[in-house]
Amino acid sequence: MATQTALDLSQLLPGFADPTRESQAAFRAIMNATARPGLVADLAAAPTPPAGLNRAAGAAALTLVDQDTPLWLDPGLHGSAAETWLRFHCSCPLVTAQVDANFAIIDAGSDMPALAEFNQGDARYPDQAATLIIMLPALAGGPTLELRGPGIADVTRIAPQGLSPGFWAERAELVAHFQYGIDLKLCAGDQLVSIPRTTRIITTGA
Amino acid sequence: MAYVAVKGGERAITNAHAWLAETRRGNPAVPELSVAQIREQMQLAVDRVMAEGSCHDPELAALAIKQARGDLPEAIFLLRAYRTTLPRFGASVPVETEHMAVQRRVSAAFKDIPGGQVLGPTFDYTHRLLDFKLAAEGGVPAAAPVADETMPAAMPTIASVFAQEGLLETPAVAEDAPEPFDLTREPMAFPAARDQRLQALARGDEGFLLSLAYSSQRGWGSTHPLCGEIRMGNVSVGFVPEELGFEIEIADVTMTECLMLSGFASLDGELPQYTTGYGLTFGHNERKAMSMAIVDRALRAAELGEEVVAPCQDSEFVLYHSDTVEASGFVQHLKLPHYVDFQADLLFLRRLRKEQAAARAAAATTDAMKEAAE
Amino acid sequence: MTAPPTTPNAPANSEERYYNYAYLDEQTKRMIRRAILKALAVPGYQVPFGSREMPVPYGWGTGGIQLTAAIIGPDDVYKCIDQGADDTTNAVSIRRFFATVADVATTEDTGAATIIQSRHRIPERPLEDGQVMVFQVPQPEPLRGLEPRETETRAMHAYAEYGLQYVSLYENISAFGRIAGGAGYPVLIDERYLMSPSPIPKFDNPKMDMCPAILLFGAGREKRIYAVPPYTRVRSLDFEDYPFEVQSWEQCCALCAATDSYLDEVVLDDQNNRMFVCSDSNHCATRRAQGHAGPMAGHSLAHLDEEPAQ
Repeated sequence: MATQTALDLSQLLPGFADPTRESQAAFRAIMNATARPGLVADLAAAPTPPAGLNRAAGAAALTLVDQDTPLWLDPGLHGSAAETWLRFHCSCPLVTAQVDANFAIIDAGSDMPALAEFNQGDARYPDQAATLIIMLPALAGGPTLELRGPGIADVTRIAPQGLSPGFWAERAELVAHFQYGIDLKLCAGDQLVSIPRTTRIITTGA
Repeated sequence: MAYVAVKGGERAITNAHAWLAETRRGNPAVPELSVAQIREQMQLAVDRVMAEGSCHDPELAALAIKQARGDLPEAIFLLRAYRTTLPRFGASVPVETEHMAVQRRVSAAFKDIPGGQVLGPTFDYTHRLLDFKLAAEGGVPAAAPVADETMPAAMPTIASVFAQEGLLETPAVAEDAPEPFDLTREPMAFPAARDQRLQALARGDEGFLLSLAYSSQRGWGSTHPLCGEIRMGNVSVGFVPEELGFEIEIADVTMTECLMLSGFASLDGELPQYTTGYGLTFGHNERKAMSMAIVDRALRAAELGEEVVAPCQDSEFVLYHSDTVEASGFVQHLKLPHYVDFQADLLFLRRLRKEQAAARAAAATTDAMKEAAE
Repeated sequence: MTAPPTTPNAPANSEERYYNYAYLDEQTKRMIRRAILKALAVPGYQVPFGSREMPVPYGWGTGGIQLTAAIIGPDDVYKCIDQGADDTTNAVSIRRFFATVADVATTEDTGAATIIQSRHRIPERPLEDGQVMVFQVPQPEPLRGLEPRETETRAMHAYAEYGLQYVSLYENISAFGRIAGGAGYPVLIDERYLMSPSPIPKFDNPKMDMCPAILLFGAGREKRIYAVPPYTRVRSLDFEDYPFEVQSWEQCCALCAATDSYLDEVVLDDQNNRMFVCSDSNHCATRRAQGHAGPMAGHSLAHLDEEPAQ
C-alpha cells in the first residue's frame, strides 16, 4: 500500500452535490454502456474533476470506487490535485502494485502499464479481475474497431484515439484466456465506452 | 374461491396486519407487557435474540420479542434487519475475557482452579418442578446472600493456567493479523478459516448447533469434549476512534465463554497437547457457548489431520445451514405461490401418465391377441 | 414499514426520510453496482456479493430487491410481478416498498416499465431495449441439485465441466422418455457458463435468447448476482434426438382466448372443473381491452383483474 499522507483540502473541487441521485444516474449510464459494449454513455451531468482527470473518468470513480476497492493511479497523477480529489471523495486506498488494484485510472497519454500485471481474476472467481478506467483524447477519430460479442446484436464500431498500436493485441492475448481478463472503461471528455473481456475486437485500419 | 385469496392485494395485506396487531395484544383485559418487563424478566430470551441478531442492545431485543409475539427467530430477524441499516464506525478492540467480572465460572476438568469455582445464577441444580408460587405473581424474592470474600478482579482463564506447562494449545496472536472476516459484509467463502467459522457459529441457530454438538458427542465425528471452563459475566468493550487515537470504553456487556478440551494432537511438531474448541456468545447462554465450542472443535478436523466423516465436521454443511434467518426464510418461502412451477409439473405428469397408460393398454392388447392366437 | 408518508419526488435523502433513498446505504449500493458490472462482464457467472438483511424474509425476493434498490432512480417506472401477475400479494408488497422508499412511478403495463422485477415469469410481451428485468432467485446454482457442495460446483464452472448436468438430463430420458424439468431449466450463456434462469417455466427460456433487455438475477440468501447482457446467446440444454421443447396447452385462455401464453390452471369446484387463464395478468387484461374474448369471458376472475393493483 502506498503511504497515505494528510490531504490538502484547500483547493478541493466538489464531488457529487447529491451523491445518492447523481451516482444512481451515473451508474445507470455506466451499466447500460457495460451491457452494450461500444455504446457511448454521456456523463456530462457529473461534476468537473481537477486537472488530469476527464469528467467521465471522474464520474466512474465517484460512482464505483470506495474504501473497499484499492485504486492504482497513473504515476503521472501522483501528488496531483486529482489524487487528492479521488482520495477525499472516494476514500479509496491507493496502491502501487498493479496486481493489488480493483480499479486503475490510466492516462493513455503517459506510458501504458503492462496490462498483464493487473489482476486477471481467479478461475473460480473471475469477478476479482481489475477494471481499468483509461483516459483518452477522444472516442472518435482513431482507428476503427469492430466489436462483437454479448451485448452487441450484430456488430458495432468505435474509433477511440490515443491508444498505442499494440494495445488491442496485448488485450486480446489476455482475454483469449476467458474467464480471465480485464474489463475496460474508455473515457474521453464527458463520454464513456465499456469494453468488457467478452468483447471480440477486430481492428480495421487506421 | 382459492384464487381470490392469493390475489388479495393491498387490502388483504393491510387487514392481515391489523389482525396480527390485535392478536399480538391478546386479551385487552390483561395488562400490556412492557418492553422493560421483557428486558428484565425474559433476560435469556433477550440474550439469545442479541446473540443471533448480532446486535447488543437489550432494549431493542426486548422490543423485537414483544413485536414478534415471543417468536425468537422472528425477533432475531427484526433485530438483524435493523442492524443492517446502522452506520458502521469500525471494529472494537478484542474483549479481554480474562478480566471479566465473573458471575459464574465452572471448570469440569479441575476440582479447583485459581479464582475458584463460582456457581452463580444457574438452573443446573434446580429441581424442575413447576413453581406455582410464581403463577401467583409472587412479587420480589429475598435478595441472595452475599459471599464473605470478594472475588478476585481478574480470574485467569484455564488456558492461561495451562500455558506454562504447554499442555494446552495456545493459539498465537499475530500483531499484524489481518482484520477478521466479516460475514455481515462479505459472503461465505470456502475454505473457511477459523475467524469466519467462529463468526458464523456465534450468529448461528442455537438449536442447530446444539443438535450438531450432541451428534458429535454421540460419535458422529466424535470430539470427546471436556469442559475446560465456562464463564459468564461482564466484560468491557473498548474502541479506538480514529480522531482520538486512544482506547475508550463504549460498553459493558454480559458474555458467556466456553473452552472445550478435546483430544490430543502434536501441532507444528510440538509435543502432544490438548486441542480446544471455543465458544463465545452475548448474554448468558451456556447451551449456545458449549455447543459452539464443540462444533468449533469438530470443524477443525481437517486442520488437525482428522478424517472428515460426520456432518458436524463439514464446514460447508455447518456454515451454510446454521443461520436461523436464512433457514427460516427459505423453508417458509414455500408459502408463497408456486403455481407457475406447479402447473409445469402438472403438465409433465399428466402427459407422462397419458403416455404410460397408452403404452400399458397397447401392451395388454398385444398380450390378449397373443393369448387368443394360442 | 413505520415510515411517515413521503412527499412525491422529495429530493433523495431529504430530512423527512427515516431511511436512505431506495433503503440501502450508498456503500452497499456501490458494492452491489460493482457486482452487477462484473456480472455483465462475465455473463452467466455467479458473482458473490455481501448481501444484506432486508426488511423482508429470505425467499421473499431479497436478492431482487437489492438489485432493484441499487439501480432504481426517481425517473424509473417500476413493475413488479409474482407468478406473472401484478396483483399477487408479494408483488403488491414489494411494489409498495419501492413506491415508498424510491419515489418511483409504478405500472402494470409491461411496455411502460423501465425496471420489471419478477418472481418465476418473464412477461409475454417481448422485452425492449432500455428495459431491465430483475429476477428473484431462490437457488442461483444450476448444479446444486446434482452436487450440494459449493466448492465442487464452483470448480465445475471454472473448468466448464458440465457433464454431470448432461448425465442428469439423460437419466430423465431413460426414466420418463423425455427431459423432465418444467421450471428453472438450465441454460448455457454465450456457450460458456451454465446458468439457472430462476424458476421460470421453460416456456419462458426462449425469451432470454438475444433479448434486447438487460437481465439481472439476484439471490439474496445465497448471496449471488449474475446477469445476461442484451443480445447474448442463451441456449437451453438438450440433445439432438431429444430437442428442447416448451410447455403447450390444449386450451386457450378462458378469458382472452390467447393461445400463445403460459396458462395457470384454476380449480373451479371439486367436480374436476377447471379453467385455464393467462398467468401474465397484464397480457390478459390488455388483450381483453382489445376485444379478445375467451370461452369464459366475463367470469368473475376477469373483473378482479380490472381493479388496478395499488
